Amino acid sequence: MTETMKHTLLFAFVGVMILLEGMTDFLFFSGSWNSALVILNMGLISAIMAIGVNIQWGFAGLFNVGIMGFTALGGLAVVLVSTPVIPAAWSSGGVSIVMALVMGALTVVSAVMITKFLPAGKLRMLVLSAVMIVGFIVYRAIFDPAVGSVEAINPALQGNIGGLGLPVLLAWPAGGLLAAGAAWLIGKTALGLRSDYLAIATLGIAEIIIAVLKNEDWLSRGVKNVVGLPRPLPYEVDLQADPSFVERAASWGIDPVTASTVYVKAGYALMFTVVLLALLWMAQMALKSPWGRMMRAIRDNEVAAEAMGKDVTRRHLQIFVLGSAICGIAGAMMTTLDSQMTPGTYNPLRFTFLIWVMVIVGGSGNNFGAVLGGMLIWFFWIKVEPMGILLMELVTAGMAEGSALKAHLLESASHMRLFTMGLILLLVLRFSPRGLIPEK
Amino acid sequence: MDLLNALVALTNFVLVPGLAYGSQLALGALGVTLIYGILRFSNFAHGDTMAFGAMVTILITWAFQAAGIGFGPLPTALLALPFGILGAIALVLLTDRTVYRFYREQKAKPVIFVMVSLGVMFMMNGIVRFIIGPGDQRFADGERFIIKARTFKQMTGLNEGLAIKTTQGITVITATIVVAVLFWFLNKTRTGKSMRAYSDNEDLALLSGINPERVVMYTWMIVAALATIAGVLYGLDKSFKPFTYFQLLLPIFASAIVGGLGNPIGAIAGGFIIAFSEVTITYAWKKVLTYGLPDSLAPDGLVQLLSTDYKFAVSFAILIVVLLFKPTGLFKGKAV
Repeated sequence: MTETMKHTLLFAFVGVMILLEGMTDFLFFSGSWNSALVILNMGLISAIMAIGVNIQWGFAGLFNVGIMGFTALGGLAVVLVSTPVIPAAWSSGGVSIVMALVMGALTVVSAVMITKFLPAGKLRMLVLSAVMIVGFIVYRAIFDPAVGSVEAINPALQGNIGGLGLPVLLAWPAGGLLAAGAAWLIGKTALGLRSDYLAIATLGIAEIIIAVLKNEDWLSRGVKNVVGLPRPLPYEVDLQADPSFVERAASWGIDPVTASTVYVKAGYALMFTVVLLALLWMAQMALKSPWGRMMRAIRDNEVAAEAMGKDVTRRHLQIFVLGSAICGIAGAMMTTLDSQMTPGTYNPLRFTFLIWVMVIVGGSGNNFGAVLGGMLIWFFWIKVEPMGILLMELVTAGMAEGSALKAHLLESASHMRLFTMGLILLLVLRFSPRGLIPEK
Repeated sequence: MDLLNALVALTNFVLVPGLAYGSQLALGALGVTLIYGILRFSNFAHGDTMAFGAMVTILITWAFQAAGIGFGPLPTALLALPFGILGAIALVLLTDRTVYRFYREQKAKPVIFVMVSLGVMFMMNGIVRFIIGPGDQRFADGERFIIKARTFKQMTGLNEGLAIKTTQGITVITATIVVAVLFWFLNKTRTGKSMRAYSDNEDLALLSGINPERVVMYTWMIVAALATIAGVLYGLDKSFKPFTYFQLLLPIFASAIVGGLGNPIGAIAGGFIIAFSEVTITYAWKKVLTYGLPDSLAPDGLVQLLSTDYKFAVSFAILIVVLLFKPTGLFKGKAV
């Protein structure tokens, strides 16, 4: 069997799994096309995130454990771009908030300048602390009242500065830009040091981004969530009210409710596939280009690459920003799919480490591997729970009815997920470190 | 009198909690730093090792409580602690044997070790949640306070009370003893010396006949003990929840890096630096300032620099500043 055959078969396996999910309710399958499409859609988004991580890890050997943060920034972009403009928020405090943020940024920039241009010594310490303290006080003096007045506007529904009222699809590239900006900041500090430091710094920035989204109500409404975000596709209820759609559904012999839900989800699947293919094509082109070869050369031997005159730290920064931007795009797509922004649901195990499992299992350094890993692992992530419950029912079948141990085992089956994902990661790293579709 | 009140308020809300939290972080950071010094990677599973050790201790504590065994005014968990340590040692030795040793023999890159520790973290997290569940567990018993706020007020006649929880006292005392024993071990015993030698120069240590597997085994055992103690103290002081222990990773790493990765003294100093910055920056200073300053200068607002939700941001900001200006940490660590 040739390599290509094997890889095609692997992709076909995922496809068949998703088809089975739609067709049969045997074992852990649910037999619902809606559920199959839900898995497919998130699988596509996961595949895009996996491409982003694969660019960083597979091409350049950068270890990013802050994927959750970049994903969340993508989600924030959807809120900022697509929600309607709230004029009252802008007239009452929005402008001041922007001004305060600019002030804060200026403070940081001038602090950096001072450390750069003044000679080390007492004078520098004095000037530096004076600038920092004054800057902070001014920032808070402008920021606090402005936030108060913005959050006071219609707090049940809005209470944030709202968005730009632009089409939601524009939020996808915007999410990429936002994530790229954050990645640039973090990469600028942590790259060029030991490889572990980038991991720890990204872990931190992700936690902080989530903390900001949870607590800054003026920005993203915090834990009150932003719901009812605009959608690029029609609403199901509108479709059901549309006579021509109902007629067409009837001609295929499907009832209009199922038809409308499947139609919308299939529409998303189509859009996501287009984005995935475009990014996959670009990543493939980059990998094959001289730039991609340089990246792999740097990954395999930094010292040699540096001796050839390559600026390793700059190239690392470049690829770190690019990979994070892709994660940001995927995050924006995910928030669009959910049509709500819920900062409370971002969880590092689900949004960072799961993506890592996808990349490692799929095959780091190979874009097709990342896509395969994304789809496959997402399917198992969803299905491990029903599988775990099946397994536990099997294990506990012989136990007495109503025993405490049996109840505990059945109840805890849902925690099998983490354990299984960790086990898969370790097994693949140990026995097949090149993954299902290895790098060529 | 006002100044005294200000001092008492400061002690009550900043010094005592900061000291307790700092001791917990220092113990956690010592574990991270030892692994870094000897096995040469950042162990992401450390938070979950803490959670596992604490979980075993909690289960034994419950068993003791059910059997009616107590520890007088002290928490029963202290009696159960040795069993928790044994449990954690068994777990880390098992993971070392089944997981890490393979990569050590291969001389894998540190980043591979970090990734592997991520997988271990996943599995430990899964085990802890599987056994004890993801919820909050309280297991502190015995006397709750060393000094109650009201008793203190009556004793001194001040407006401000000073409350010291038993768990805070135990944390600081235990941490001091543990650190003293650890440093005695590292500096005086043969095994400790061989560990330091191995950490300083691996090749030279091997040449002088030090058995690396033995050094690694002792390191894991010490780290498991430190992690369990840190985990139990944190759980006693606050409460036990598996996810919190994962989140502790960031301040712990920050402590270890600020002090200089691989340097035990640095880890302790880093722990207190991080803890006190977190507490002072997120504390609302209104009370202390109102007492301390003349009436005309008394503040209107809370004088809170950052809300408590951003305490992670504090450790992170310190981490970034150290990485920018002194990547080897304040006490010269090994890493660059």
